[in-house]
Amino acid sequence: MKRLINQRPSRAAQVLLGILPFALLLLAYLWASELRLAANPNDKLLPAFSSIGEAIWSMAFEADKRSGNYLLWVDTLASLQRLGLGVLLSALMGLVIGVANGAVPLFRAGLSPLVMALSLIPPMAILPVLFIVFGLGEVSKVALITIGIAPFLIRDMQQRVLELPEEQLIKAQTLGASSWQLILRVILPQVLPRLLDAVRLSLGSAWLFLIAAEAIAATEGLGYRIFLVRRYLSMDVILPYVLWITLLAFLTDYLLRVLTRRSFPWYYNGGKP
Amino acid sequence: MNVIEARHLWKEYGDNVVLENVSLAVKAGEFITVVGTSGCGKTTFLKLLLGVETATRGDLLLDGKPLPDEPNADRGIVFQRYSVFPHLNVLENVMLGAELAASPFWGRTFGKRRRAIREQAVAMLESVGLGTALLKYPSELSGGMQQRLALAQALIKKPRILLLDEPFGALDPGIRADMHQLILSIWRQTGLTIFMITHDLKEGFYLGTRLWVFDKRRHDPQAPNRFGATITYDIPLGHTDRTTLHTIQQSLGANHD
Ligand SMILES: Nc1ncnc2c1ncn2[C@@H]1O[C@H](COP(=O)(O)OP(=O)(O)O)[C@@H](O)[C@H]1O
Ligand SMILES: [Mg+2]
Repeated sequence: MKRLINQRPSRAAQVLLGILPFALLLLAYLWASELRLAANPNDKLLPAFSSIGEAIWSMAFEADKRSGNYLLWVDTLASLQRLGLGVLLSALMGLVIGVANGAVPLFRAGLSPLVMALSLIPPMAILPVLFIVFGLGEVSKVALITIGIAPFLIRDMQQRVLELPEEQLIKAQTLGASSWQLILRVILPQVLPRLLDAVRLSLGSAWLFLIAAEAIAATEGLGYRIFLVRRYLSMDVILPYVLWITLLAFLTDYLLRVLTRRSFPWYYNGGKP
Repeated sequence: MNVIEARHLWKEYGDNVVLENVSLAVKAGEFITVVGTSGCGKTTFLKLLLGVETATRGDLLLDGKPLPDEPNADRGIVFQRYSVFPHLNVLENVMLGAELAASPFWGRTFGKRRRAIREQAVAMLESVGLGTALLKYPSELSGGMQQRLALAQALIKKPRILLLDEPFGALDPGIRADMHQLILSIWRQTGLTIFMITHDLKEGFYLGTRLWVFDKRRHDPQAPNRFGATITYDIPLGHTDRTTLHTIQQSLGANHD
């Protein structure tokens, strides 16, 4: 018998082992749900799959009685728009400020301490300020996401630029590159895939800030809906919404990964010469 | 007229004296090989020539004028590693220098101008034996091919001085011999002035027209950084007898710790 640390699952076993916890969780849920519903048919905590199915159907494919909207899609669109704008803005800031900080010591001296200080502010603590300054509309939500993840992206980009081997920067100068050309042709293309990596890492926080902002002030959105129906203990809506958000998060991550692979073949070749 | 001249050059990092009172004069077309124990300041000297570091004291002249204090296209460089750009393929790596000159803002060219640059780059790559790897990324190349690429990339700018910092140090002996032929033929064709650091004394003797040994003249056992290295041997090659080779070899060996 080999040591435990040397035993590796076969391909099939790996898949099975991966599925197992999910199946167990599902079974546990079904079992607990059945128990509670048997004791009290009106129990709302662990709704049966059939009522979850009905709730999904009505949220996705039946117009809301009051607004006439298909709520799931309206919520999804609103949330994705806020998330997309916030992340895009943060990524742009990360790229521009991060690369400037990393490549130009004069910028770094001026901006790096500020970015450092800003990144230490807990974003949720200034959410009230955002609501006061930007109102309760879209801007404050996008601003919260941006304030929440931009400092991380900026610092990460700065670090990535500083990690480029000094030899490369010297070499580019001996090829006649100006500062601008060096940034444009040597630094930017090399940190772009790293930016996408960093964005993927920050998506979790972006969702967190989005849902928090929506929970507090919104008229539609995935986070808004979850917190709204919480008042009626509508677990049959909350649970599928949570799963839907998880799926969206997975898909964005997957798409970004594919995009990186497609656009930067050299990056996956080891990255270093 | 001397291409490079140094007068009483010192380089210190704080208390650490790295180079001490280095004086030298180099004529155009010389092929200078530099040996010395590891950490004695060879790379530092090359960085002074590049303009990446500035001397603490003394003068360093290029064509009789103070050397520009940042790198430019006059002085090409090949390092032991990281000399080529991993995000550009072989052809793009060599085209880069010409593209930067042709397009100040974007650093990119298109159409006819690009084709002309491309042609020139392909010719250069063929001359260093990379004609069949034009579209490969550096990470797909062997160590020797990467160094060929780095050479081609530097040469396309037609530098007046070529600096090589242990360029073949990481290569297998067989490939090294090929690279020796390549660098010699480049040197003969272009008449470049070459400074090459090597840790292989034989290589230094074989390739250069002049060999420098960097070493400390004085030692302070209590404070090893108190004295810096200087050129202790400056040997025109081709006129060397075996005893000198032997003496240098011993002095290099004695200093290895
Ligand atoms: N940027 C630096 N700051 C401080 N010390 C340095 C720096 N660069 C090199 N040194 C020191 O200078 C000495 C010579 O280094 P180097 O020129 O790289 O030696 P080598 O002959 O092996 O190329 C070493 O002791 C090293 O610690
Ligand atoms: Mg060195």
